[in-house]
Amino acid sequence: MDFSQTHFELFGLPQSYALDRDKLDTAYRELQNTVHPDRFAAQPEAEQRVAMQWATQVNEAYQTLKHAVNRGVYLLKLQGIDAFDASNTKMAPAFLMQQMEWREAVEDARAAKNAAALDALSDDLRAAHRRIEAQLAELIDAAHDFAAASEAVRQLRFMDKLIAEVGDVYEELES
Amino acid sequence: MALLQIAEPGITTAPHQHRLAVGIDLGTTNSLVATVRSGLAVVLDDEAGHSLLPSVVRYCASGDVEVGYAAQAAQNSDPHNAIASVKRFMGRGIADIDDVASLPYHFVDAPGMVQLKTAAGVKSPVEVSAEILKVLRQRAEASMGGELVGAVITVPAYFDDAQRQATKDAAQLAGLNVLRLLNEPTAAAIAYGLDNASEGIYAVYDLGGGTFDISILKLSKGVFEVLSTNGDSALGGDDFDQRIFCWMLEQGRFAPLSAGDMRMLLTKARDAKEALTEHTEVRVTAVLSTGEMMDATLTQAAFNAMTTGLVNKTLAPTRKALRDAGLSVDEVKGVVMVGGSTRMPCIRHAVAGLFKQTPLTNLDPDKVVALGAAMQADVLAGNRAGDDWLLLDVIPLSLGLETMGGLTEKVIPRNTTIPTARAQEFTTFKDGQTAMSVHVLQGERELASDCRSLARFELRGIPPMVAGAARIRVTFQVDADGLLSVSAREQSSGVEASVQVKPSYGLADDDITRMLKDAFTYAKGDMFARALNEQIVDAQGLIAATRAAMAEDAALLDAAETVAIEASIAALENLLAGTDHKAIKRGIEALNAATTEFAQRRMDQNVRRAMAGQKLEIFG
Repeated sequence: MDFSQTHFELFGLPQSYALDRDKLDTAYRELQNTVHPDRFAAQPEAEQRVAMQWATQVNEAYQTLKHAVNRGVYLLKLQGIDAFDASNTKMAPAFLMQQMEWREAVEDARAAKNAAALDALSDDLRAAHRRIEAQLAELIDAAHDFAAASEAVRQLRFMDKLIAEVGDVYEELES
Repeated sequence: MALLQIAEPGITTAPHQHRLAVGIDLGTTNSLVATVRSGLAVVLDDEAGHSLLPSVVRYCASGDVEVGYAAQAAQNSDPHNAIASVKRFMGRGIADIDDVASLPYHFVDAPGMVQLKTAAGVKSPVEVSAEILKVLRQRAEASMGGELVGAVITVPAYFDDAQRQATKDAAQLAGLNVLRLLNEPTAAAIAYGLDNASEGIYAVYDLGGGTFDISILKLSKGVFEVLSTNGDSALGGDDFDQRIFCWMLEQGRFAPLSAGDMRMLLTKARDAKEALTEHTEVRVTAVLSTGEMMDATLTQAAFNAMTTGLVNKTLAPTRKALRDAGLSVDEVKGVVMVGGSTRMPCIRHAVAGLFKQTPLTNLDPDKVVALGAAMQADVLAGNRAGDDWLLLDVIPLSLGLETMGGLTEKVIPRNTTIPTARAQEFTTFKDGQTAMSVHVLQGERELASDCRSLARFELRGIPPMVAGAARIRVTFQVDADGLLSVSAREQSSGVEASVQVKPSYGLADDDITRMLKDAFTYAKGDMFARALNEQIVDAQGLIAATRAAMAEDAALLDAAETVAIEASIAALENLLAGTDHKAIKRGIEALNAATTEFAQRRMDQNVRRAMAGQKLEIFG
């Protein structure tokens, strides 16, 4: 296994935030078909061990590239930047205000047990998520503005947490 | 000079020998064993023609053990010793079982897992399950005419690490080589998907006797990728029986029940439930040993009303699984029904309502899991070329550690594809702290005390530093069976500690060996002969596979490396002439170690070839 290879190289993809999801999925399936432990269950232990290491690595690489936040964090890491460095917590006031409003909306929907309001909110959050992803592709792939990209990655993680909270409220309403 | 034999690439062991492998569905209510015969998966029947083996084990004072129909028939007359639904107790403490009071068994509280007091002594659920597996193993070996190479054992997808480990221990105790623990809904998906050559998103709704699973899968070009899974490992058909049982108590206004009467009423409750699948009402009558009587009619409507809560308890995890997969119900192409409890009209109706489509019920919901497991066992045993299909499964519950303040820090989130490994760094809390306690948890809750405790171990010998300076890297590895091992390492000093996570009931390997000795009727000499035979077969297989690999990929080894591997082979061959099974085992380990680098190079080459073909497809 070549540990100097990037996850993008592993799947034969260009190193960019913009992602051809079909190509990633196809390459992932092809690789797992080759290295998965199930392919080596009847083989000697040395081969089984190598298969487990490889399959683990391929899964890790796939999860990293597939996930919007993880892919951003990883690309910045390749540039030597830690998006979640403790000294690096800048966040636009407008975004923070919007966050507070959304949080209030989640809370209101929960208190009112209003599933329709949650559905609408959920759509808004996903749309905002997609907008930030598009920004991130622009910042990393074209503008190479990694400081702004770090902030966008942090915003995306905020969004993920908020979407997860909405999920928790759905669960509460359903039980 | 004898010519060297060269096998086809990818088939390194004797190609014409069909290796006997089975799939076992170890169910709460019933268990089954299946195999692939002439390319077709079939359930193996007992001599009387029964496919199902009731998962009931009876311990008699004489020391005899009855399993299946005989044990089931004795449930009313011998309720304390005829153990049913033992799967619900696997890897569970007494506090985890909420209906202890209405079960007729004598539970013994033991660390980690409850035990049961029987006429033949105190038994762990692992031992009880092993009795069921032994009967299925004997059934398979009698029917197939030979010793099994291995078995795929199915577990509910929502089983946690303790429950999985307990299942694997039970298989080992029954003398089975576990090829893989396979999630029940995934097994069903294999049987279903391959049968129908399906593509797209499928949901598998699996309601068994005591467990509920929902899995969302993507089927694409022979790959079964589990996107998310959820469930309740303490919800099943038994709970529906329990509701009818409570209704019967209300109807009969009985005095406190004897264990035998309780068992009898539960059996009547199940019969009534099954009758309501075909009929809109059923007359329920019972006469207790005290002479008390009940005679009442239960309508389907009344049954539906008393079980609405239970049905809803399956719908909430189903919605959650869809959310975790990032999908809406419109994107689900089909819903596969698995488990005997999905015969209940109220379940079919609720599932159809949620998914806005009629669920698929064309395969026998009792058999589909065993059939899928048999198909996977056939692949894993090496009986097929191996490129037919691939399973990519996930862990059902997040894995993490307890941090300061009793909080849970998640290291691997739920629905992560296995095998997987994740490392996280932690640091010391106090100046000069030289030891760290690592508490491994499984679950979604914030508080460590609300999650399941999987293991505790200590990392000692950390060099004294100021608080926060040490860098302790904790690594979680989950294998293809979904089983976890954890290691911790202090980065500056290299101090290490690791555990193979064993549930805290702690069936150590020594315990298993002891139980094996107790359980098997082998005399000591037979045990020895068996161990020797196993090692010889393993060694011969390894030598053949290594030679085939060397013939295939001679170019990957230089002269010195070839000589070194040849020397290890020669050493192992010498040992095979003797009768020391421990020495042969060490020889096998030595040859495995000598070929590790070679195995890595072979895999690198496979990957290069696969990706080269891939690029042509993508860019061509």
